[in-house]
Amino acid sequence: MGYIDFLSNHGGRLLDGAIITAEQTVMAILVALFLAVTMGLMRLSSNLLIRGAATVYIEIFRGTSLLVQLFWIFFVLPLFGITLDKFTAGFLTVGMNLGAYGAEVVRGAIISVPRGQYEAAIALNMSAYTRMRRIIFPQAIAIMLPAWGNLFIELLKGTALVALIAVTDLMFQAKQINSSTFLSVESFGTALVIYYVMARFIITPTMRRLEAVMSRHLVRN
Amino acid sequence: MFDWKWDFTLQILPRLIEATGNTLMAAGIGYGIALIVGLVFTLAQKTPYRALTFIVRETVEFIRSTPLVLQIFFIFYVGPQFGIRLSPWVSGMIAIGLHYAAYLSEVYRGALDAVDKGQWEACVALNCSPRRTYFGIILPQAVPAALPGMGNYLVGIFKDTPMLSVIGVAELLHTANALGAETYRFLEPYTMVGLIFLAISLPTAAGLRIIEAWTRRKMGLTRED
Repeated sequence: MGYIDFLSNHGGRLLDGAIITAEQTVMAILVALFLAVTMGLMRLSSNLLIRGAATVYIEIFRGTSLLVQLFWIFFVLPLFGITLDKFTAGFLTVGMNLGAYGAEVVRGAIISVPRGQYEAAIALNMSAYTRMRRIIFPQAIAIMLPAWGNLFIELLKGTALVALIAVTDLMFQAKQINSSTFLSVESFGTALVIYYVMARFIITPTMRRLEAVMSRHLVRN
Repeated sequence: MFDWKWDFTLQILPRLIEATGNTLMAAGIGYGIALIVGLVFTLAQKTPYRALTFIVRETVEFIRSTPLVLQIFFIFYVGPQFGIRLSPWVSGMIAIGLHYAAYLSEVYRGALDAVDKGQWEACVALNCSPRRTYFGIILPQAVPAALPGMGNYLVGIFKDTPMLSVIGVAELLHTANALGAETYRFLEPYTMVGLIFLAISLPTAAGLRIIEAWTRRKMGLTRED
């Protein structure tokens, strides 16, 4: 009975929080994908400057903590005249952090496309752009998809930190409910279960489906 | 650079260095717990008891799919509800240790599965005891496969220690927050924390690559293909 009461009193707020978490996750995924592809390709550039810029970005974001990055972007960046609202700062930081990990995944996938595919594309006189777009990248996507599945779960977990800059996500709501009711098991426990459901029953199956679609697509062409 | 004050930076440096000690200690203790509990998780999944395997497997999945910061809060606040009061350090170490134990158990599992099946069969054929099979034959061969993952999570746990600041463990970020609150200056404390993290994690990652390469060579596993 106790837990049902808890849910009827506070379930709505947890659900509101879960929706914010979902929004943060989707936005952060878009940022991460964009940066990962851009930086991953830049890392493979023959131009030292372009390669160096991507390496600096990747090493900085992989070498420090997400939470430190979040605080830096939210509290220090305004001193340089760049003020972001907390929602934007939240998903942007999470996206940039996971984008750095993703860049290495993209780079790894591209270099593991068999050498013969490059040579065949060159032999067919494809331009570098067409070669990447039509031949190399689609195969690289199939290689990198499983790794992205893990990264998206890491990203979802990373969004819990935006609660610490007062974005009213699931983590934030759980904390608020805990401090007003002292029902820690119920509030934090329910939030844990919601995160688990999001990771295990939304992200993982979606990625599995994508992998299946992708491998079918590659075989057909 | 902009409003950067060097004298202030020098003034806060001793406190940040002291906090770095705490951060390293938290990472070290957490990693120690994770190494051992992770092995327990892995071996529990190798037992013939289906129910145990299932429970451990699901627990590992659950820990891996939920945010560490929420787990830290959970462990810290749940105790008092049942009359058990855990200090921030103890609950922090339990949370981070368990979290990384789940990750490390996957690393161990993958490494054990990577050992050639013939090695297990040879052990059975030679009538080796389970103890000799594991410690004499299988584990030494699994180590090179496990090292890269173990190294990544060593750096990973170090980078996750700032989350302990949320329950008041006086590590680097917690100290930077306190310095910011005392002085209303956030630029230097947060930037220095970022730089300290870089200064430790980049060389550590590089060092780990060297150890991996060395172990693989020692084990005669380097392949030229």
